[in-house]
Amino acid sequence: MKGYLSDRMGAALLMAPLLLFLALAYAWPFLGVVKWSFTLPTPGVGQYEALLTDDLVQSVFIRTLRIAAIVTLVSVAAAYAITVVWVRGTPTQRLVAEFCILVPFWISVLTRAFGWVALLSNRGLINSWLQAVGFISEPLALVRNEFGVIVGMTHFLIPFAVFPLASAMRALDDRVLLAARGLGSSRMRTFWSVFVPMTRSGIIGAAMIVFVFSLGFFVTPAILGGGRSVMVAELIYLRIFQSPDWGLGAAISVVLVLFVGALMALLFRYVRPRQLI
Amino acid sequence: MPTYRPGPVTLIIAALVALFLLMPLLAVIPVSLTPSRMLAMPSGELSLRHYRALIEDPRWIDSILLSIRIGIVSSVFSTLLALCFSLGVWMFQPRFTAALVGFVLLPMVVPPVVSAITLYFLLTSISGVNSLFGYDTWLGVAMAHSVMTVPFATVLMLVSLSQLDRRIDLAARGLGASVWQRATRIIMPNIKFGIITAALLSFVLSWEEIGVTLFITSVNAITLPRLMWMGLRDNIDPAIAALSVILIIITVLVLAVRSIAVRQRG
Repeated sequence: MKGYLSDRMGAALLMAPLLLFLALAYAWPFLGVVKWSFTLPTPGVGQYEALLTDDLVQSVFIRTLRIAAIVTLVSVAAAYAITVVWVRGTPTQRLVAEFCILVPFWISVLTRAFGWVALLSNRGLINSWLQAVGFISEPLALVRNEFGVIVGMTHFLIPFAVFPLASAMRALDDRVLLAARGLGSSRMRTFWSVFVPMTRSGIIGAAMIVFVFSLGFFVTPAILGGGRSVMVAELIYLRIFQSPDWGLGAAISVVLVLFVGALMALLFRYVRPRQLI
Repeated sequence: MPTYRPGPVTLIIAALVALFLLMPLLAVIPVSLTPSRMLAMPSGELSLRHYRALIEDPRWIDSILLSIRIGIVSSVFSTLLALCFSLGVWMFQPRFTAALVGFVLLPMVVPPVVSAITLYFLLTSISGVNSLFGYDTWLGVAMAHSVMTVPFATVLMLVSLSQLDRRIDLAARGLGASVWQRATRIIMPNIKFGIITAALLSFVLSWEEIGVTLFITSVNAITLPRLMWMGLRDNIDPAIAALSVILIIITVLVLAVRSIAVRQRG
């Protein structure tokens, strides 16, 4: 009995500091944000009504969902191709693929957004080159619009889509593919009818991760959208710092958390957390 | 070894994706060498003036030193908290473990902008009571970064603990070792690699943190990413290109060393 008690004490003592820290520095202030959404500027659910009626907020929500959907589709497809090479290529191919996945992954979001500014802006690499060659006389508008945001976000999120896909592809039993080939299926058919369906859990996991990340994305849209293609996260920032309307900013945050929470709950009905690493 | 290799179509698409992934990283190199004051391609001569600006302009040095200081403090703090928590989970397997771990992982899964407004609320509330940890102070930033990095540190610890053989701990326990001895003499030496990785990852995450930092700093606690952000939003300063090149080179070197080390180990 004594051992049992001291075990529980030990666990409590070891686990308490972190739990206490997060309760005070994260859970409590989050409740404060929820309180803002119901009390600022006036008590009541006015801020949530505004979310449903305000045209600007509506258009930002719709743009966010649209961009997130496009980015998810493109990044998962792109990640799939490079993951196949990373997992099943020759040793050299695998090394090159790994380099191309991990180097961008470890480089900060700011540096990567800046790289796209250097490529896409009016005086950037692509426009200078196209003008020098004589293809165009006026620079193309590649940045400070939705196109730039989608390019930058896709670039940021591809490595995140790679990991669940790689985990699903590594778990695939090679003999299944051999069997399909042995039964006379073409390479193409084996890929589309066996390989892709059998990595479904990776595809679902990757799509969910990318979609959820896209919804709350801040830095890349703010830099590459140039204030013209505002997404939800930037709208929250603007409501807090530029047109001080803390209540509305807080209400949008609460809605965003609930939406992401619902998506995660849906995800974990299909995929176990372990499969995502 | 896989018997099923990627075909030519997959290889071509993958090569295009690889090019897409590397392109923006390569693009900053020519920009960093431009002699112009503005963002531009170098036409003709090259110049290292933007690299010199990084060393000579005290703003860059100050923010680099600040980011290092914040990174070290928040990394040590979050590694310690995560280590204790994970030891508690592993050694005693308390009830509600899943719920407690889920709670600890929240800052990792909640959209960063929501964590940012949450920490903004926290630090502005503290500012009224205590000026040391409040809004726009370096300790406040270190605390906020700890909140953001501690879930990642915890995941790494729990993963490396899950690979540890429970029987060695049982043996120590059977031989009469106290909880403290089991933790420090048996378990911690065996997850040393996980602890170091957690500390390094926490430092890196704090070093590049911008989403939250943007909400909780204004003029005093200007970390390096915050300074880069300021240079990116208004007139784009080519010194950012020079800094980016340096950061990219460091990343490539670290990854190369790591991959060689991994290859030699196994």
